[in-house]
Parts: sequence; structure tokens; C-alpha cells
Amino acid sequence: MTGDLQFDAQGRLRHFLTIEGLSRQTILEILDTAESFMTVGQRAIKKVPLLRGKTVVNLFFESSTRTRTTFEIAAKRLSADVINITPGISSTTKGETLLDTVQSLTAMHTDLFVVRHSLSGAAHLIAGHVPPHVHIINAGDGAHAHPTQAMLDVFTIRRYKKSFENLRVAIVGDILNSRVARSLIHALSILGVPEVRVIAPQTLMPTAIEKLGVHPYNDMHGGLEGADVVMMLRLQRERMRGALIPSEQEYFNLYGLTPDKLKAAKKDAIVMHPGPMNRGLEIDSTVADGPQSVILAQITNGIAVRMAIMALIMGGRKESAARKRRA
Amino acid sequence: MNAKKSPLSATVDIEAMLTRMAEELQGLLKRKPCMVGIHTGGVWVATRLHQRLGLKEPLGTLDISFYRDDFTRIGMNPQVEASHLPVNIDNRHVILVDDVLHTGRTIRAALNEIFDYGRPASVTLAALIVRDGRELPIEAQVVGTHMKLKKNQHVKLAGPDKLELKIQEVDE
Repeated sequence: MTGDLQFDAQGRLRHFLTIEGLSRQTILEILDTAESFMTVGQRAIKKVPLLRGKTVVNLFFESSTRTRTTFEIAAKRLSADVINITPGISSTTKGETLLDTVQSLTAMHTDLFVVRHSLSGAAHLIAGHVPPHVHIINAGDGAHAHPTQAMLDVFTIRRYKKSFENLRVAIVGDILNSRVARSLIHALSILGVPEVRVIAPQTLMPTAIEKLGVHPYNDMHGGLEGADVVMMLRLQRERMRGALIPSEQEYFNLYGLTPDKLKAAKKDAIVMHPGPMNRGLEIDSTVADGPQSVILAQITNGIAVRMAIMALIMGGRKESAARKRRA
Repeated sequence: MNAKKSPLSATVDIEAMLTRMAEELQGLLKRKPCMVGIHTGGVWVATRLHQRLGLKEPLGTLDISFYRDDFTRIGMNPQVEASHLPVNIDNRHVILVDDVLHTGRTIRAALNEIFDYGRPASVTLAALIVRDGRELPIEAQVVGTHMKLKKNQHVKLAGPDKLELKIQEVDE
């Protein structure tokens, strides 16, 4: 599953499926565009007319409140019309119904699908089957990727830390099941962050994670030491049926982010979480609501970042500028 | 696409033009106007007019990229500056400033954007250069100078420290 499908024959970004394959320049261009969209939310009329007359379909096969809502708000602030669809999943006909659903919606002259699905590769599959004028954004596919989350995370990091050089970023928690972690690691690496650490119990640590250029840690103190950014992941209770963690209490004791554990990180370290949070499981309320937390800023930033991605993939583009986008 | 650039500085005195524009705008001062410049050249011109008129309120700036009518053809300008209107423009007399008035499309976009911030009492357009080639019924009330140019010629303002006009010939 490469990112090649994301570009058209002229090298223009048409779909936004994965961070892999994007150039540093493309990522920075998205961040800069998002920065200019930040002010739109503070206006009397929170709308710009860029996508007027376009129809955006939020196609969420997996439940989500935050991501779906921020995509909906982002599209509406660009003046698009938005339809939310949460199809039920019939386990036997997943592949077939997925494409059928998309084809019926395409027949209604829709322009952009924002897709979330529990199967890895779902957004890619759809992108390979839509006519050229239809665009796809991956809003999370299985344990594979969640590229817009990674973009809003690096956007938030840049806002607080100004640049990506000299940063030490620690990602903590369920690395094994986390598409957020995977996409974020790719984005940080393309942007040249020199040190990315992942902290998890061995049972939640993917094998050969070092191949992605990150440093694995099994203990919080060592992993958080000197960190500039601490990214807490949600412990996916629904996937914890096996004996991956001993008990929730013990997990919190060892890996829950408390004020005491946070002391190992730099004094000005920021604490992030993609939400929804399990308070008292992976993060202590004192930290979540504390002065180092930027969790609510992440949500606000997510709207501007998603506006930027929609505007960039749906706008036309001069060829000369487009060529530089490919990695 | 080839572009030839030739400086125009010998024939036009921008400082004198700005002084004359400021004099014409004096009459508006009793209505307590606020000033808004359009990125990028319009902000440079507006900064100078703002100073010459001694306006107390900060200058507003607009980047009309989100309001362009050619988005579906050429997409987003990757270097969008944030629009910033520091004062509430409801019921205010707005002096809108741009460097070059050509087709009128930029001003159409700027007016739309201004109305997304509020309802001004009036908008007066001041442009350093007013050239031929209008495609919309838009005119400037305060003009630095008029220019007649060939269709393939574009006039550009260079800045921001020293303002200079350049004419580019574009062969497509």
C-alpha cells in the first residue's frame, strides 16, 4: 500500500491516503496553508467560499465523533455541502458493499469522500475505483494510517516548538494497534525530527519497530527523559481481550501519564493526546487538564489542517508547482 | 513563458503619487475611516498612506486567496498570508488599498471577504496604478496614476522597503 495512488499523472496530490510518499515540501505546504486557515474560525462569519457548490460525503464505517465532526466543520467552513453516512457493516460482504456504496454516492455527483473504515486499505481501495474528479481522504483505516491526525499533530508541534530540528518526541501506549502512531512516526521522520521514541509494554510494541527509525522503550522514566513532546495514545480497550495488559490498574501504574512521571520530560514539554481520552488509564486528569496539555488545541488545529488538505487536493494547480510535490 | 522586466522608475515618482493620494483622502478623515490593504503590494501602499494620514487605528490586511474566482483552475496559492482586520468594520468607512487595479477581480474578492467580517458603512478604493483591462464594473475613487498597457504587459510593484514599478512582458 504505497502512496502512489495519491498523485495524478501530473504529480498533483489528488487524494490524501497516507503520509508515506509525501515530500517534506508538501507537508510544509499543508502546514502553511493550515496556518492561514486558523483565522477563519475567529471571524464573525466563519466561512470562506473555496468549495462552494462541492459535495463532501463523510463515510464513516467506524464510529467517531471528534474526527467526523471536525471534518464536517472544516468542509462547512469552506462552504461545501456535507452529508454524513454511517453505514452498518455486514461482515460477509464488506469489500463488495464498500465499492457499491461509493459508486451509488458517486452517481449522485459527490466530489469528496472522507472515509473511515476498520479495514486497512479501505480508502486506497476506494481511491482506485473512483472517477478522476472524485477525491478521497483517509480518516483512519484499520491499524494502517490516520494521516490527517498526523498532520494536525505535527501542526500542533510546530506551533509550540517552532521547528522540528533538535526535537525529542516520545509516543506512549498502544503502539501495536495504533494507526495514529504509525502515521505520526512517518510524518516526524519526513520532517527531520532527530529522535522519536516509542514507549510501551513489550506486548503492545510491534516487532522490528526500530526499522521505522524510532527508539523503543519499555519504561516510562527512560523513555520520557528529556522529551520535548509527549504523545499519549488511547488504550484501545475494545482490542484488549487478549492478555496484552495485566490489568488496567497496573497499566496506569506503569504507563499512565501522571505529574510525577511527566517530570522526567523537559520542563516545557507539551502533552498531546488524539482523543478520546481514558482518564485514569493512560493519562491522569491532573496532566490532561494541566498547563502542559495542548489536547484541546489539537482539536481546534485539526479543523484548519483538514480545511487545508481539502482545499489543496480539490483545487486546480499549475503544473510547475505540482511537480515539486512528489517525494 | 518568457518574462522581460524593465524598470519604470525614471518615469514615475511613487512618493509624489502617494502624497497626492493622501491629500485626496484627507477629505475622508472626518468620517473616521479605517484602512485595509490587500496583500502583498496593496499592504505596502497602504502602510505609506496610513502613515501619511496619521491614522491611529492599526492597518488591516487582506489576503484574498480564499476568495479568488480561479480556485478550480489554478488552486491555492501556497503562500497565503493571514487576513487580519484588527478593528470591527461594522458601520465603518473603509479605505481599501491595492497597488494595481487591472481586471477588478481582486477587488471583487476583497469586497466579498470584507463583508464576511461585517457590514461597512462605505468602501472607498484607492489604487496606486489604474490600468486598462477591466472585466468587472469596478473603479477606484483615489488614483496614483493611470496607465495604458498592452494586453501581454503586466505592471508589478516591488518592495517593501523601496517601492519600484516594473513592467513585465509575458509571451504565452
